This record gives sequence, structure tokens and C-alpha cells, in this order.
Amino acid sequence: MSNEVLAKTDAPRQRRRWLLSVNPIYLVLVVLLALIAIRNPQFLEPFGYMNFLKRAAPLAILSAGQLFVLVAGGFDLSVGALITLTVIGASMLQSNDPSATWWVICLLFVLGALVGLINGLVVVVLRVPSLIATLGMMITLTGVALLWSGGAPKGYLTDNFRFFGRYNFTGVPLINLLPISIIVLVLVVGLLWWLMHRTNYGRLLFAVGDNPRASQLAGVPIGRVRVLAFVVSALSGTVAGILLGGFSGVSPDAGNGYELQAITAAVLGGAQLLGGRGSVPATVAGAATLTAIFTLLNFLGLPNPVRSAVQGLILIGAVALAMYRRKRTGR
Amino acid sequence: MSLADTTRRTVPFERLAPLALLVIAVLIYAGIALGTGQPQYLSFEGVVGVANRSIALGITAVGQTFVILLGSIDISVANLISASAVLASVIMNGNPMMVIPAIAACLVLGLVVGVANGLVIARLEVNPLIATLGMSLIVQGALSAFVSNFAGAVPDDFQWFAYGNIGPMPFSLLFYAVLILLAWVTLRFTKFGSDIYSVGGNADAARLAGIHTNRIIIRAHIVCSVLASIAGLYLASRLKSGAPWIGKDGVYDLESIAVTVIGGTILAGGRGGIWGTVAGVLIFSLIDAIFNLTGTDAFLKQVLRGVIIVAAVAFYAIRSKRIVA
Repeated sequence: MSNEVLAKTDAPRQRRRWLLSVNPIYLVLVVLLALIAIRNPQFLEPFGYMNFLKRAAPLAILSAGQLFVLVAGGFDLSVGALITLTVIGASMLQSNDPSATWWVICLLFVLGALVGLINGLVVVVLRVPSLIATLGMMITLTGVALLWSGGAPKGYLTDNFRFFGRYNFTGVPLINLLPISIIVLVLVVGLLWWLMHRTNYGRLLFAVGDNPRASQLAGVPIGRVRVLAFVVSALSGTVAGILLGGFSGVSPDAGNGYELQAITAAVLGGAQLLGGRGSVPATVAGAATLTAIFTLLNFLGLPNPVRSAVQGLILIGAVALAMYRRKRTGR
Repeated sequence: MSLADTTRRTVPFERLAPLALLVIAVLIYAGIALGTGQPQYLSFEGVVGVANRSIALGITAVGQTFVILLGSIDISVANLISASAVLASVIMNGNPMMVIPAIAACLVLGLVVGVANGLVIARLEVNPLIATLGMSLIVQGALSAFVSNFAGAVPDDFQWFAYGNIGPMPFSLLFYAVLILLAWVTLRFTKFGSDIYSVGGNADAARLAGIHTNRIIIRAHIVCSVLASIAGLYLASRLKSGAPWIGKDGVYDLESIAVTVIGGTILAGGRGGIWGTVAGVLIFSLIDAIFNLTGTDAFLKQVLRGVIIVAAVAFYAIRSKRIVA
């Protein structure tokens, strides 16, 4: 009873606190989407927003995976090169044979898991800082992709491989158009959300990122927890690679710069570098925000260079704001 | 007996590891040069050639060592190198009279970028990786808004920086050597140097001990950015013109971090030094030289490079008891 009374008298304050505790990235995303809609009313039709989501999907999945490594206190710089290797590897393995698609996809996932496992073991067992370990992996994977394809990728991806990144269901009630990549996005992000925020593993992950020594003393198998984080990140890279390959085809620089964009998206979503803080939905919103910013800059007819400068300013601004908020609210 | 034990402990394995790696690299290089019947690579010219190829990376890495010792990091150096090279070559535009203004402009550019990096990291408390990544994107954007290809030209006088000789030694190598000495003296014997180690070791303790940590952070970032600008000037002189991709193509951002870490400086800050970095840079150029001697395929070279970076760091990191991120 007394709780109820307290709740009533505290209601305005609590509402304010609730407002403060809402991650500002959602607000920013809504404002940006509104701006896009004003510039281009077609955006409000299924074709407009579905295409937007389709473009954001690979980055969103990649960022959600990267978040696992970030929360554990590390970095994964190898995912961009893994995307490139996935796309090039798919075209090499498939050698234009549509019936090969399924086992090629299985093999790509094995490859991704292996890359993540190696990253994790190098960090945990060899004790190499993840920045260096995954940087080495990035250089190695780029080399492997070039070596495998002889510098210029031959062949193309068959239509049934590109199905995931490219195909749309049409005639769906209410939204009319439903790209496969969005189904993949929802499934993967849902899975990652569940893993991070609803399982024991997720809780251990936050504990390890927040204070590795303390969680080790508390009996957390920190090695296993961190290796698994790298595997999750690498597998998300494989999914992103398959989607990107379907969306834009084979190219030797398919994954260029994606690792930094993924970190940017996670940081925009409030993830804390060096671990212990982050959320999957906010990271996905961060990825959507980054995509929205690029879309908006395109609409405004700004050339590519300005795009990167704006991305840089936003990145610094977002983190500076987050630090300021954290100091003010003490959260 | 126990005295011998304690004195042996004062030279930690981490400080000897870069030297051990360097010796291994030198032995492999010499072995392959002799084994493949190319002893000319062991001559004075051959060795100077190997050292000479590492100057741009070396200058950048010396600066990077300052910020990593501080517990910070700078990944804006690659794009700053490009910007500085382009700025120099555009201002000079083949005119020997403009060499001094161009050099001054590049140093000012480095100063501005360093101050900006330092302020964002120290005052706004933005994570250094993010702050310098943002700065890198800003510099890249500003640069490619103006130029998209080789721009300007470097007059012959200025090419002396990269190609001139003093006696048998290339001028640039001597310049690099003086820079290393200066950096060593700064880190070893000045208050600024010891403050860097203090802040890197424990920033809160350093602040409580009365060190102006913000000022140290900003100064160290100025050193790093100005040295990157100088590396850009060197590259402009060597390539005879500046192009907006030379920094990114050389992967100077990540490689300068890699050689610093291979040299035994710890990413968390507070431990390491300039000589390790110099050894790291030499190891890198020896690896390249070994690949050239053996005629390794360019793509395979890259694969091996990635593996070697990790293996070299693992070589001593594996012994540490610390939990690394």
C-alpha cells in the first residue's frame, strides 16, 4: 500500500527519470526518419521504408554481433574482411552452380565460426590484445580472399544464393512488400537479443566486460564467455556477408570499412568501449541511424567525402554527449 | 645469489622480447640472403636500403608510441599523412620558394589535428579510439572534397629530404635517427616524459599527484600528429607529389600501432618505450625484405604478415598474467 502512495507522489519525478533513461538514439532515429520522409514522401510507402530496412539489415546484424565483443571488453576488427572473404568464397566455391548453394552456405558458416574461434583463442589463450589479434586476422583474411581469387574474383553468385539479400515477397497484407533480408534481420536480431538480454550467458558477458577479475573470482569461466562472443561476432559477419553478396554482388572490397561502421553503430546505441554496457535493440537503432544519415546526405546531394566527414563528427558528438549524460545522471 | 636473482628480475622479459624478435628476424634475413646467393643484400647499401624503407612508418610509430604510452591511441595518423603530403605538394606546386611555407603549413596542420584530438579525448572524455576514428573520417572527408588524384608537385630541392645523402648515409635516415634520439631523451629525461608514463600507468593517481593530466594528453597527441605530418612531408618528397590515398594505402594507422605493440609497449599504457618501437619497425621492414628476397607472392605475403603480427605479440603476451581485452 505504502508503495502505491509512494509511486503516486513520485510519478512526475519517475516520468522524468524514465525520459532520461530512454536511450536518446531512438529519438535521433525518429527525427532522422521524419526528415527523410519530409524530403522524400515516397519513403512512407512500403517500397521506400522496406528498401531502407533492406539496406540497413547487413550493418544492423553485423553491429549486433560486434556488440557481443564490445560488451565483453574487446574489439573485432576482422568482420569487414570476413564479409569480403564470405562474398568471394561463395562465388569461388559455387563456381556458378545453383545446386551448390546450400552446402556452400553451410561451409561459409563453418568458416565464420572457425574465424571467430581463432580470434577468441588468440585473445584468451595467447593473451594478445583483441585490437591486435583481430587486426592480424583482418590482414590475413584479406590476403586469403585475394590469394583464393587470384586478385580478381571470377564468377558470380547464382540467383538462389542471392535470394536472401535480394528477393522480396510481394502481395503481403498490410505492407505489400516483404524482403527476405528483413525476415533474416528480425530472426537474427531476435536471437541475439535473447542471447544477450535473456540468458545466463548474457549476464555472464556483462559481468566479464564490467570487471573481468571480479567475475573470474566469482567463478565465471571468462575464457569460454569471451571466445563465444568472438564466435557470435564472426557468425554475424557471415550472415551480413551472405546478405551483402545477395544485395550487391561479388566485389573484392565488399566488406571494406564495415568493421568500423559496426563499432560506430554500437557506440551510437550507447555501447561502452572496454565493456560492460550495451543493448542489442539500441545497437540496431544505431545501425539504422547511421544508414538514415547516409540516406539523408544522399538526398541532400552531398558528395561522398562529406559523408565521411559528417560520420566522423556525429561519432565524436554522440560519444561526447553520452559521456556528459553519464556524468550528469550518474548512470 | 638472491642479489643476482633480483637484478635479473629488473630486466623484464617484455623488454628483451623485441630485441630477441629482432635478432631472429636479422638471422633469417641474413640466412636467406646467403642461402639464395644474394650476399649483396648484406652489404652496407643493402642494409641501409632496408632501414630506409621503414622511415615513414618509423616516424609515425615514434609518435604513436607517445600516445600509446599514455594509454591513448591515434588512428587518425594515416589520413593525416595523406592530408599533409597533399597540402605540401599543392602549396609547393614545383616552386622552390614555397618549400618553407609548405613545411610550416603541414606542421600547423599537425598541430591543429593534435590539439583537436587531445581536447576531445581529455576534455570531452571521448574514448580515444572513437575520437581519433572520428577525426580520421573528418580529415579524409575534408581532403577528398578537394583532391581526388595526385595534386601539385614537389620541387627538386625538397626531394632532397628523401633522396639526398650526407656522406654515405641518406639524409632521411639521419633525420629519423635524430628524431628517435630526441624522442628517447624526451621520454627518459624530461618531466613531460615521466608524466606520460605516470598518466599511462594510472591517470587518476597522476591527477591526484598534481599532474595536469589533460595538458599531458593534449601535448602527447600534438607530438603524435606533428610526427605524422612530418611522415607525410617525407612521403611527398619521396613520391614527388601528394595523393589522398598514400596514408591509407600504407596502412600507417594500424601498422604504427602494430609495431609499437610488437615493440613491447602495452596498449593499456604506462609501460614500454621508444627502442622497442624502433625494433618493431625494423622487424617489419626485415619481414618485407625477406619476402622480397624469397620472391613471395604478394597475396601470400599479406596472409603471412597478419599471422606474423599476431605471433610476434603473442610471443611475449602469452606469459602475462593480466586479463587483456
